Amino acid sequence: MRKIRTYRDVDPDAGRELLDQVVEQRRRLAERLAPVRALVAVVSGKGGVGKSAVTANLAAALALEGLRVGALDADLNGPSLGRMLGAAGARLGDDAGGVLPPRGIEGIKVVSMEHLQEEGAPLRWKGADGHASLWRGAAETAALRELLADVAWGELDCLLIDVPPGVDKIARLLELVSLRGALLVTTPSEISCRVVARSAGLLREAGLERVALVANMTHRLCDACGHPTPLFEADATGALAADTGLETWARIPFDGRLAVATDEGRSLAAEAPHSTVAAIFRALARRVVERWLPEEAEA
Amino acid sequence: MKFVCLGCDEVMAFAERQLPGDGTLAAVFACPSCGREIAMLTNPMETRLVSSMGVRIGGREVPEQPLELVRSSLEGAREDAFEEVPEEPSASASGRGDARASSRVTWSPEALERLERVPGFVRGMVKRIYADYARERGIPRLTPEVMDRARSDLGLEGM
Repeated sequence: MRKIRTYRDVDPDAGRELLDQVVEQRRRLAERLAPVRALVAVVSGKGGVGKSAVTANLAAALALEGLRVGALDADLNGPSLGRMLGAAGARLGDDAGGVLPPRGIEGIKVVSMEHLQEEGAPLRWKGADGHASLWRGAAETAALRELLADVAWGELDCLLIDVPPGVDKIARLLELVSLRGALLVTTPSEISCRVVARSAGLLREAGLERVALVANMTHRLCDACGHPTPLFEADATGALAADTGLETWARIPFDGRLAVATDEGRSLAAEAPHSTVAAIFRALARRVVERWLPEEAEA
Repeated sequence: MKFVCLGCDEVMAFAERQLPGDGTLAAVFACPSCGREIAMLTNPMETRLVSSMGVRIGGREVPEQPLELVRSSLEGAREDAFEEVPEEPSASASGRGDARASSRVTWSPEALERLERVPGFVRGMVKRIYADYARERGIPRLTPEVMDRARSDLGLEGM
């Protein structure tokens, strides 16, 4: 049998060129996020609980507190944060040093796949038709890394990341960045709380210590007298807090005005600062600042 | 991937790259001793799997561009998603502002016309790659011929 040389005989640095690229990607990500003082994820695991609305209104409340705020819509398949923050249709600056994010309400820097895709276009990647399931996950992880690393976020006090449904999506984010904290959003439903408990377990396993619950759509306030009426027959959020040992930092009622304002990309916190919901988001923002951003609280 | 000419026991040298279609990458290699040529055809699915991580097989000729994977792979992209940011004389966010501004590259009308045919979603990125190519080689004016050379040298067949 003829003796054929090995790959490493002819190329001692085999595989180095791929590894070097991955190392360079990590370096760029770390360098880009260095001027961001705190990365805070808004997560759930469950869909339809209002993560994006909580992210948008919390971002506005933080900005009204005087913080420099950014918001990344990590929901690549169902983006909505750009619209909610009043930056629908905005264009991204094409700069060699990084893509410049548009600004939404209260000067919040926001980037979403809405900015990159045609209205109504489903998320699809080019190439190798028929086998997309094999590489779609890798492409989405790389796209999320690019949205974090290739956007010139600049100096921010807080970058909120709106994480899509699916506990695996939380794990994907944790592989890329180190979070200052995470807000776990749930509705009072038993099903929602069960899924959120899984997400809490994942965050605990990852060693993230700063985690708090946000109970959304807990009740409805009477327009006339303000009397609260529960929206769910049973409220499982108390048991969730007890089981996970997490504090509940906000209980947000359903408010039609908030829903409309958020859908239209307006800030209810600015338009109706004395409303109950605005006060709840203001209190949530202050809690985030005091507990997770102590340097901003002192400033 | 390496190819050894068994008759000569020589590592074959890269000679040419083509994108013949269906996602196949064709790379031609030649033996430096006897001149024998072979064409390697990549499996489109495997190539896509690796490129989905945002890395290039065989290393990079061009530094990774902002949102490169999204811009090169996204279907249904918004044509007007990006607006050009004028180069500033002071250092840009990349720290390359002075060098870029001090050695501006001009575009011939024919080169600009060709650039206009590039989809808007990737045009800024492509323009920057060509301009950097010319700047790094001391070429003051970009023409279609320079663009062709850049495509071949940098492996930009898809651009």
